[in-house]
Amino acid sequence: MTVARFWRNIPNRYNLIGTHCTTCGEHYFPPRQMCPICRRDGKIEPHKFEGKGEVITYTVIHTAAKGYEMQAPYNLAVIKLDEGPSLTGQVVCGQEEMEIGMRVRSVFRKLGEESEKGMIYYGTKFVPE
Amino acid sequence: MRDVAIIGIGCTKFGELWDHSFRDLFVEAGVSAIEDSGIQGEEIDSLYVGNMSGGRFVEQEHIGSLIADYAGLASTLNVPATRVEAACASGGLALRQAILSVASGYDNVVVAAGAEKMTDVGMNTATDALAAAADREWEGIMGATFPGLYAMIARLHMHKHGTTSEQLAAASVKNHHNGTMNPIAQFRNEITIDTVLNSNMVADPLHMFDCSPISDGASAVVVVAADIAKKYTDTPVYVKAATQASAPISLHDRADITTLDSSVVAGQRAYKMAGMTPDDIDMVEVHDCFTIAEICAIEDLGFFKKGDGGRATEAGETAIGGRIPVNTSGGLKACGHPVGATGIKQAVEITEQLRGNAGKRQIDGAEVGMTHNVGGSGGTAVVHILSRNR
Repeated sequence: MTVARFWRNIPNRYNLIGTHCTTCGEHYFPPRQMCPICRRDGKIEPHKFEGKGEVITYTVIHTAAKGYEMQAPYNLAVIKLDEGPSLTGQVVCGQEEMEIGMRVRSVFRKLGEESEKGMIYYGTKFVPE
Repeated sequence: MRDVAIIGIGCTKFGELWDHSFRDLFVEAGVSAIEDSGIQGEEIDSLYVGNMSGGRFVEQEHIGSLIADYAGLASTLNVPATRVEAACASGGLALRQAILSVASGYDNVVVAAGAEKMTDVGMNTATDALAAAADREWEGIMGATFPGLYAMIARLHMHKHGTTSEQLAAASVKNHHNGTMNPIAQFRNEITIDTVLNSNMVADPLHMFDCSPISDGASAVVVVAADIAKKYTDTPVYVKAATQASAPISLHDRADITTLDSSVVAGQRAYKMAGMTPDDIDMVEVHDCFTIAEICAIEDLGFFKKGDGGRATEAGETAIGGRIPVNTSGGLKACGHPVGATGIKQAVEITEQLRGNAGKRQIDGAEVGMTHNVGGSGGTAVVHILSRNR
C-alpha cells in the first residue's frame, strides 16, 4: 500500500475513528460516508469508538498474508464493538486463549511491514480485556 | 425477454499447465466450444470474458481484445469483447451477461468464456492477488487471507451448528471421488477423511485439503436465442434462470457470518424466475472454494436447513446417487479453480449432465441442473438454472 493510501486513514486506523449516522443512530466502522439504511437522507459524522467488544468468530492463521510471514501463526477475529459495528482485527494472546464470546479491548500496535526499507503499518489490534 | 439456450461447450484440462500460456488456454477452450456448437465465426455477435486478475497473474489487462484477437475474431470480424470481473465469480458473471445480451434481443449468438493463468507467478503473489477479492483496506491489511476468512465462517458454523472437521472433510473426499471420473480434473485421486485431517493447517480449522488449489484453465460456452438453437443441435440446454446478487464485501458486515446472503438471494431469485423449488433440481455445481463454502452453499440454496449441511454431506446425501448430487465435476476442490474459468466450467458440467454425456459421473434421468458461483467471501453470487426442456 502506498504512503498516501495508508496516510489518508491514519486517524481511523490509529484511534478507531469511524462514523455515525445522526439520522438513524447507526454507527459504522470501518467508516462509511453513505449510510446504507438512510442513504442520501443520512447525516454522517465522525465517531470515536471506545475500542471494547466481543469476539464473534476467529481463526489462527498459519499460512500468513503477504508481509505478515514473521508473525505466523497469528489470531485473526471478527470483533463486534460495543457500539454495534463489527470489524476484522488481530487478537494478541496465546491461541489456546481464543474463544467465541471473549471480551477484548483495542491496543495500538505495529500491523506489518513491506520490507526492511519499506512502509511500516501501525494500527489497531486487540488484547483480552 | 427471449428464451436462451446453450448449444456448445468447451473446456481445457484444469491444473498446473506449465507448457500452456494464458492465450493458449482461452483459444483451446473457445475453439472447442465453437466446434461443439457448429456455429461459424462470422455468426458471433459478441464475446464476454470472465477473468479475475490478468493484471496480477500474467501482467495483462485488456483481456477482451487479446482474446478476440487470438481467437481470430478481431482482425476482420471485429467482434466486440467485454471482460467482466467479480473475483472468483467472474465466469458466472460472463455467462449471465452473455445470456442477458441474447435475451434482450440485442445479440443472437454470443460466446461466454472464462480464463485464468495462475501459476506464472509465485504462490505468495497468487495468494495476494486472491486476497484482493476481500476489502484490502479493512480486511487484507489486518492480516486476513482467503482461507482465514472462510476459516472464521467454519469456526462459527461449528460453534452454532455443531459442524465437525470430519463433516467438512467429507465434502473434500466426495469431490475428490467425483474428480476421479472427470477427465479435465486437476486431481483425479481418491483421498480419505484422514488425508484431510492430517494435512497442514492453513487457517484453523481449515486444513490444506479443505482448500481449492491454484490452477490454470479456461472454459467457454456458446449461447443463442432458443428459437434458433435446434438449427445447430438436437440437444440444446435451455436457460431457465440467470440471477445475481450483491452483499457486503466484508465478512464482518454480514448479519450472520454462517450465511452468504448473496447466495440466498440469488438462489431465491432463480427459483422464482424458473418457477421451481430446490426439489426440482437434479444436481448442482456449487462454489466450494473451501469445504465450508460447500456446506454453506447447500444450505443457502435451500437444499438443506441451515446447520444441516455438514451432517447431510457426511451421510452421503450430496454424493452421486444421493438425494441431491453436489459437484459431480469434482468441484473447485478436485476439478481445480482457475478463478475466472470456474463459473463457466460449472455450466459446462451441467450441460454435459443434461446431454447425458457425463460418463461415469452421469446422474440418471438428469433434467434440471443449477450452478452457483461466488465472488470473494460472498460479496457476489451468481446462480443459473439450466434445463433439458424449454
